[in-house]
Amino acid sequence: MSMQIVSDKESDLIEAIQSGFPLTARPFHDIGKLIGQSESEVIATLKNLQERGVIKRMGVIVRHRELGFKANAMVVWNVPDELVAEKGKLIGDMDFVNLCYLRARVLPRWPYNLYCMIHGRQRDEVLNNIVKLESYCGMEDIAKEILFSQRRFKQQGAHYFSPKSNQPQTMK
Amino acid sequence: MKKDPHLGLSDIEWQLLNSFQHDFPLVPEPYKEIGKQLGISEEEVLQRLQHLHECGMVSRVGVVLRNGTLGVSTLAAVEVPPEDLERVAQIVNSFSEVNHNYEREHALNLWFVVTARSQQRLMDILGQIESKSGSEVLMMPMENNFHINLGFPIH
Repeated sequence: MSMQIVSDKESDLIEAIQSGFPLTARPFHDIGKLIGQSESEVIATLKNLQERGVIKRMGVIVRHRELGFKANAMVVWNVPDELVAEKGKLIGDMDFVNLCYLRARVLPRWPYNLYCMIHGRQRDEVLNNIVKLESYCGMEDIAKEILFSQRRFKQQGAHYFSPKSNQPQTMK
Repeated sequence: MKKDPHLGLSDIEWQLLNSFQHDFPLVPEPYKEIGKQLGISEEEVLQRLQHLHECGMVSRVGVVLRNGTLGVSTLAAVEVPPEDLERVAQIVNSFSEVNHNYEREHALNLWFVVTARSQQRLMDILGQIESKSGSEVLMMPMENNFHINLGFPIH
């Protein structure tokens, strides 16, 4: 399942930035110093990873709850396989959907395969948006469940590997 | 763009949160560049981001990777008796490979994401969670690259 889609050098860089860029005047220089790469190399590699779609997004990553978006629903549908691509594309048009995934079903217990994350300030707002989404995407008749989040036990950027001692001290 | 008055954020902070979720400037002095766009100094950008990070609104300034770039990951869920949820959540949290772990309103009430170096390590972690919690772990790995990450536009 795991494919080698990044080189060792790229992987070193990705590891070094997994908990974020340093908040310093020259962050790419500082990251480069930790992994033996120059500032311009770091910048060029990041650009390249972005162009290849390995990096999907680069910038400020916010925590929705702390921004007042306390209603967070994971909505799951059991979409027939042949309709998944079409529905997924339509869902991408909805500006209130943050993430959309296709995942394996766990039969018979869990028949759902299409997942969306929808955040809002209030539960009603989220529920209204789900109705809008279903009507826009023609999904009213597809079986679904809405799972609002309660307690958050952990939220952090992905740490693919155990932290190394030479990790940059990001955010000071 | 509407600002939530309850958060006590300045317009500048709001813009930092909202307008720089994509296309972070890939230049030697990116925070200076952001400052230019906002009409403030580099120092102020750094101070404000530091503050937003400390109060938890900013998780990090960094990258979101395509799933499967490094290692192997899955979403997983367990059904835990409510009185045992705290204990099982701590077991799940004890693995550094777990990056999200939420209670959700459903019979399957604990949902988490594990990203590990290898499939073997991933299965090892899920196996340990299963034996320590005494509950069956359901695994919902992502299929292909069907993943839309749209950032978090704040309206």
